[in-house]
Amino acid sequence: MQTRFVTRLLAGAAISLIGMSAAAAADLTVVSWGGAYQESQRKAFIEPFTSETGAKVTEEEYNGEIAKIRAMVETNSVTWDVIDVDTQTALAGCAEGVLEVIDWAKLGLDRAKFIGGDVTDCAVPNILYSTIIAYDADKTPNGPQTIADLFDTKKFPGKRGLQKNPFVNLEWALLADGVPLDKVYETLSTPEGVDRAFKKLDTIKADVVWWEAGAQPPQLLADGVVAMTSAWNGRIYNAIKSEGKHFVIMWDSQAYDWDWWAIPKGGPRLDEAYKFVSFASDPERMADQTNYISYGPANRDASANVNPDILPHLPSAPDNLKTAFGADPIFWADHGEELRERFNAWLAQ
Amino acid sequence: MATITTAAADDVTVFEGGALKRRLQQVERKRKMKALALVSPLLIFIIVSFALPIIYMLRNAVYDPDIHDTMPLTTQALEQWDGQDLPGEEAYAALVADLTAAQQNRQTAQIGKRLNYEISGIRSKILASARKMEKMESGPYKEAVIATDKIWGERDTWAVIKRNGSPFTAFYLLQVLDLQKDADGEITFVPPERQIYIDVLIRTMTISLSVTLMTLLLGYPLAYLLAALPTRIANLLMILVLLPFWTSLLVRTTAWFVLLQDNGAVNDMIMSLGLSEGPLKLIFSRAGTIIAMTHIQLPFTLLPIYSVMKGIPPTYMRAARSLGAGPVYAFRRIYLPQTLPGIAAGCLLTFILCLGYYITPALVGGPSDQMVSGLIAEAMNRESNWGKASAMGAILLSATMVLFFIYNRLVGIDKVKLG
Repeated sequence: MQTRFVTRLLAGAAISLIGMSAAAAADLTVVSWGGAYQESQRKAFIEPFTSETGAKVTEEEYNGEIAKIRAMVETNSVTWDVIDVDTQTALAGCAEGVLEVIDWAKLGLDRAKFIGGDVTDCAVPNILYSTIIAYDADKTPNGPQTIADLFDTKKFPGKRGLQKNPFVNLEWALLADGVPLDKVYETLSTPEGVDRAFKKLDTIKADVVWWEAGAQPPQLLADGVVAMTSAWNGRIYNAIKSEGKHFVIMWDSQAYDWDWWAIPKGGPRLDEAYKFVSFASDPERMADQTNYISYGPANRDASANVNPDILPHLPSAPDNLKTAFGADPIFWADHGEELRERFNAWLAQ
Repeated sequence: MATITTAAADDVTVFEGGALKRRLQQVERKRKMKALALVSPLLIFIIVSFALPIIYMLRNAVYDPDIHDTMPLTTQALEQWDGQDLPGEEAYAALVADLTAAQQNRQTAQIGKRLNYEISGIRSKILASARKMEKMESGPYKEAVIATDKIWGERDTWAVIKRNGSPFTAFYLLQVLDLQKDADGEITFVPPERQIYIDVLIRTMTISLSVTLMTLLLGYPLAYLLAALPTRIANLLMILVLLPFWTSLLVRTTAWFVLLQDNGAVNDMIMSLGLSEGPLKLIFSRAGTIIAMTHIQLPFTLLPIYSVMKGIPPTYMRAARSLGAGPVYAFRRIYLPQTLPGIAAGCLLTFILCLGYYITPALVGGPSDQMVSGLIAEAMNRESNWGKASAMGAILLSATMVLFFIYNRLVGIDKVKLG
């Protein structure tokens, strides 16, 4: 590999300045996505970790920018020890060699126990979250029942909120167009399948409000801007639980995906990072996290410990899984860029 | 006396003979060194934080040694390949050797990711076939490799690897111009449903130009008012212009996000005045983007015009009027030409700043208002495709330079005045 001298010089200067103050005091720096999600991690993992081991944990937030991780690793100035990454970042980070290859023996964990544990070598599955359709029962008493209703503007007039990304939207379009669940990615791998998905999306294009940040969909529902919207299930559950909204989640065709713990390569506190990931993957602590946010624990053993009142709100609940599909990380790593280009071109038409 | 004169004359001759010159030179050099020492912190700062990153970015747009470094044997074997038929046995043997080494160094995913840029979907096929190749012990390889996956029996795959044998590549620059190289090395447009980058570039220019014109239309009369009013009132009004100028861009954008909603203040007012039946489409639209950006950019256009106007003596206009010029004629022939340097400076400033907008279009714009910076951020932060991000940056930079050159020809950069 070529030395990337200039980046090292530039980024190193910047990062060492930023990193110095944070790294000096902490025994460990954990980075996540902020908001209710990081709060749940704080209560379930970080605070117990500090009280049990005495290690001081500094928290930071980011927005999934792999560029930040890459700059740190390439300049040998890693200050983030453990990072919560999404699937795209886990795969790309692994391909570029900026994430540590996980030594499961060192973690003391059984890889087979983790849903999706074999997807990548560089990250430990942490939670399952899901992209679902939600509506406001106050405004739409008889809400959508199946994914076909998302595309039925006669039965359900009004705007629909969808994420500004081909991800999941293309799968839903095919499902609503009659493609069986187990043939979705096979169909989407062919040019005809992609055409078919975009053609189906065409039918509601004029009725879509596109969202980008996870906080937007509950707001769109609350403001009455949309009749229904796609959303991440935890955000909707939070609005129901803490804001008393009468939102309803339609679990039909929910698309689940992972978040992961990853360790950047070349960090100075590798052993502590392993200790933390191992600690946070414990089935009981993972089950405890569901008390604070409704994401499913990726460790299969954790389900038994989940509070029975909360279980029906998790993507991993058996009832919710009947028509669910996993957003295929391999498919999206292979075809993501091409489909995003095509999606952007389609949006601009 | 004579001795004194001689001495003085001697002195003069001595100085003229070089000592004076030398002394002067020394003083001059000292002064230069001092000046250089004074500017050097800024100079170093500009070089490190501005010039070097741009050079690095431009280099990154064409320099990508990944395949060259990770598949050295294959790319070397392909140098002899004519590109007509499938390559021979030695290329397949080299491929097996390279991918086996890559498996051991955990570089296969990187190879897959890089080749996937050019052949969508090839990533996981490379990963899977590399795992099989790792187990191959002896040749002949050609049949066996093609049996691992049919991608190795396709000319396209080999053409892409051969093209990337050089660490320098035109791929990213072509990509962000909606172009690609086919297996024969011919440059062609990508299929229309994937053409996006040129559109976005034109859109970026169009939005920037519209915003510049809007700020000029709004700013010019306002600047005139501020320049003409008594200082006390002008200062008060100036604070109204400057207050938003001092407010964070994100705060102002978010404010517009609230105001422009379908049931927001702006639409409520329009409807209660009976100007429109239903709510206008302001949020998530081009109109919203231009409104919000115009508000943010207004001070940048206004301030240079204002300070130039402040320097124009009011007597000129009075003289023109007293010589019989009508108000329009006097404005057009006397006042406007004098304010041109300010207009030129303000518009240039606003236009160039607009080119880099990305939060505002993302928040108040619709899906067809995404600007180049948004795509650059996505390539950089999410896809980790720094080559593509750099190429977009390079294209944006060159487009701006071309426009600047034209602008210079039309207006003349020496005429630009900030006050």
